[in-house]
Formats: sequence, C-alpha cells, structure tokens
Amino acid sequence: MSFLDSLISGISLGSVYAIIALGYTMVYGIAKMLNFAHGDVIMVGAYICFFAVTRFNLPPLVGILVAVLLCTVLGITIEKLAYAPLRSAPSLAVLITAIGVSYFLQNAALLLWSPNPKVFPNFFILHGADGAEQTGLELGSLRISYVTLVTIVVCVVIMLVLTFFINNGKLGKAMRAVSEDKDAARLMGINVNTTISVTFAIGSGLAAIAGVLYMSAYPTLVPTTGSMPGIKAFTAAVFGGIGSIPGAFLGGLLLGVIEIFAKAYISTQLSDAVVFAVLIVVLLVKPSGLLGKVVREKV
Amino acid sequence: MAELLKVDDINVYYGAIHAIKGVSFHVDEGEIVTLIGANGAGKSTTLQTVSGLLRSKTGSITFDGQSIGGVPAHRLVERGLAQVPEGRRVFLQMTVEENLEMGAYTQPKANTPGSLERVYVQFPRLKERRRQIAGTLSGGEQQMLAMGRALMSKPKLLMLDEPSMGLAPILVEQIFQIIRDLHKAGTTILLVEQNAQMALSVANRAYVLETGKITLSGTGEELIHSDEVRKAYLGG
Ligand SMILES: Nc1ncnc2c1ncn2[C@@H]1O[C@H](COP(=O)(O)OP(=O)(O)O)[C@@H](O)[C@H]1O
Ligand SMILES: [Mg+2]
Repeated sequence: MSFLDSLISGISLGSVYAIIALGYTMVYGIAKMLNFAHGDVIMVGAYICFFAVTRFNLPPLVGILVAVLLCTVLGITIEKLAYAPLRSAPSLAVLITAIGVSYFLQNAALLLWSPNPKVFPNFFILHGADGAEQTGLELGSLRISYVTLVTIVVCVVIMLVLTFFINNGKLGKAMRAVSEDKDAARLMGINVNTTISVTFAIGSGLAAIAGVLYMSAYPTLVPTTGSMPGIKAFTAAVFGGIGSIPGAFLGGLLLGVIEIFAKAYISTQLSDAVVFAVLIVVLLVKPSGLLGKVVREKV
Repeated sequence: MAELLKVDDINVYYGAIHAIKGVSFHVDEGEIVTLIGANGAGKSTTLQTVSGLLRSKTGSITFDGQSIGGVPAHRLVERGLAQVPEGRRVFLQMTVEENLEMGAYTQPKANTPGSLERVYVQFPRLKERRRQIAGTLSGGEQQMLAMGRALMSKPKLLMLDEPSMGLAPILVEQIFQIIRDLHKAGTTILLVEQNAQMALSVANRAYVLETGKITLSGTGEELIHSDEVRKAYLGG
C-alpha cells in the first residue's frame, strides 16, 4: 500500500471509530458513566441489518434504517432497565452493570444467531453500463472503495449535524445543561430522565450506522464482532478527551490513522499495541485527553 | 391576601439524618418571606423540598391552590415556581444568553425575546456580557445571572437560596436592592439567608429555623427587635 492508500484507509477506519466514540462520549458527558455495552450495540445493529437484507430481502437502505430504529429502542431499553435504577449508585456498580449488559448482549446473540460467522454483504457496489460491478473509484494508481468514501462522508455529516444540534437545538442545549448540573437543569424545567434517554437513543442509533459501515469493510459477523471496535472507539474517546464531541471525532480519526500506519509500516501483529502505547503517552502528557477539559470534581 | 405557598408539617431525611422536623409556613401573594438560620439549620433542604428536588415523608405542600407534594421538580417550573439554588449553579460552560434561554425552557419560544429584554433591563450588566461564557463572570455577576435565569420562566414565586453568599458588601447591597425592586414589581419572594440583618430588613415576614425546626416567626420588624434573634443572628 502506498502512503496515500494507507492514509485514506486510516481515515475511513478512524471515521467508524469516531462515530462509535461519539456514543461513548455523549453518554459519558451526560450520564457520567462508561457504557461498556456500547460496542455490542454495534454488533446487534449489524445482525439486524444483515437479516433485514439477506432474509427479509429489504433494500440495504431500509435495512440500515431498521437497524438504526431497533438499536435506538435497544439503547433506551438498556438505559431504563439496567442503568436508570442505579442513578445514585456508586460508579463502580454502574461500570460492572455495563460489563454485565455487554456479556448479556453477546450471549443473547450467540443463542439467537449461533457462533457461526455470517458474511456481511457489500452494499456499496455500483453497476456500470455494461453490467460490470464496481466497488470503487480509480484515480490514477489510487483506488478508493465506495465503502471508504461513504464512511468518511457519513462521519463528516454526522459530526456536522450533531454539533449543530448540540449547540443550537433546544434539546441539544438541554443536554449540555444536564451534563453540567442535573439539579440546576431540573430547576429549569428540563426532564433529566428523558434527556438521558435521548442521549442513549442517539448513541445507539449511531452505533448501528457504525456497525453497518464497519461490517462493510471487515465483513465477518460474529457475536463478539462489536468488542474490538468498541474498545478502540472507547480508547479514541479517551484519547480525544472523554465528554468532548470534537474530541471523539479527532480521537477516532487519529486512532484509525495510527492503527493503519502501524499495520503498514511497523507490524500487523503489533498495530494494536502501538495504538494503546500512543494512548498511554497522550494520557501521561495530558490526562484529560487531546481536547478534554480539566474536570473539577464537585464536592 | 391569597395564600400562594403553604407548607404543612414536612419531614425530610437524608438516609438516617432527620434534616427537617415538622416544618410549617406559608407565603402570601405579593410578600417577601424570609427563612433565616445558621449554617446547617435546614434552609436549603426546605427550599429543595418545595421545588421538588427532595421529598417530604409527611405533610403537604400546596402551591397556587394545588397540592405539589410528589410532583417532580421539572414539572413545577411551568406552574410558576422558580428556585435560585445556593451557590448560584449557573451553567458555567454556556454563554450568559444561553443560561437565560435555559431559564425559559418551559416557555413558548416566542416569549423568549421579550423575557430577555425584561431581564436585560433589570440587569444591564448581563446584557453587556451576553456572549460571554458564564464561567468567566464574577461572583456577583453569576448571582445576577442565576436570578435573571429564574425570572425567565415568569415565576409566581421566586425562591432565593442565600443570594448574598460570598459577595463583597457593596454587591450584597446591590443584590438586596434588586430583591426590593423585584418585590415592588409584584414578584412574590421566599428568601433564605444567613445574613439575617439584610434579610429581615427587606422581609414582610420571617421564620427562624434551628436544627430542622421553626423556633420563631413574626414580621421582619418584630424579629429584628427580638432579643433571641439579636443574640443568635445579629451579633448581640
Ligand atoms: N446531601 C446531604 N446528605 C446528607 N446530609 C445532608 C445533605 N445535605 C444537607 N445535609 C444535612 O442536613 C442538614 C440541613 O442542611 P441544609 O439544608 O443544607 O442547611 P442550610 O441550608 O440551612 O445550611 C445539615 O445537618 C446537613 O449536614
Ligand atoms: Mg444552605
């Protein structure tokens, strides 16, 4: 792979991480918890889309929409059943519950869909005038697949829409208020529980989109599919500064690029180690992450 | 005058700590009523129970003719109850104007410009700093912002929790002048203070709270001249 090839696939992988990292970072910002089950929502989204398209013969776009809708409902349900009752519990209890939810989702998937890998179809194929399949563009020696292109565009669009929504939307502002001070937000008339539900809904809907994009690039679908991108995206969120939306974007992109470059120029086996080594160095130098704010603990 | 708020025999607990022990009081429309007492007496707990952030195990709270015990805090704002919490609690990472907009969260959007204008007339300082992040304001300015934010919901009852806390004397003067102005303009106010001197001087009526119980009540004038209050809260 040339340098440019690596850079583009790094940005594309990083875009997927960024979309997942948004879910971690938004939920952390508002509910002050690490939702370790977030990665598994990616997997559920991918399965739903897979079955919608291959078994129910729905068009890919409809399949994605169904996955987004069901994952949104799943996210809200997880929050209501598992996390909301623990709202004033110690954060360690919440963390362990989140890990429990993660195992629950993986094992439910194992039971429902078996451990046999499914091959995720490539939706991003165009048919030329002669009927030949095209999976990407050729620009001289450079080849960019449609999956890569779509992934990057989708990530940028999500970033722009979300940033606008958080900065200017009524609900977006309510989310910022809740993330700063829940009781003060209540005194404004904001329903904190609803706001938290909406945050989970958005994060989980995005996870479904990320699941489909990830599967389109790495098409082996098994019940543990979500954990690796989940952990990487969590790393990306911490890297960029957990709680910060631009941080998730930046952290995701950097992580993807570093991973691909480490694969291309250092070693395929060591790429993950390199990724985490970079994280550790960044956190040693700047514990709040690249764009993170220094958090003052309230007493 | 019509009774706007009636608190009857509330008992509030933090786990095993019995913080409020059978407190009853009322606020009539158009009054300034103050609740004074030392640190830890239970003033904030009382206000938070009225505003719905905390629950009473017993008794009843009636606001504007309706029972509000058990109604969650966020549903009380639209009914005309606003609380300026202790320590101001403005949204430090939002701009001044965004903070004010949050105060109007339950209001129709069309009312916001008019409400902003009213608040800016009352607090010209906030208008100058409308685009500034609230975290960069001084303590006095943050207190004004917290009050302006509460007024954005056009409350029937404004509850203030120690608005003078941590402010220089000149700013305390200024805040109390604003309280008088708001009262003159027709706002009913329930004021919690440790600064008994200032609070009693603006209040129509006052209650003294001691370790979770009301031990004295009367007009502001009466309590300023009461020996007990002078000894305990006014430095002799
Ligand atoms: N979150 C809390 N948890 C446990 N005890 C509390 C809490 N908040 C207040 N208290 C206790 O309740 C009592 C009343 O406190 P508070 O209402 O804050 O008093 P005041 O506002 O008059 O200073 C005090 O004894 C205080 O220690
Ligand atoms: Mg207090």
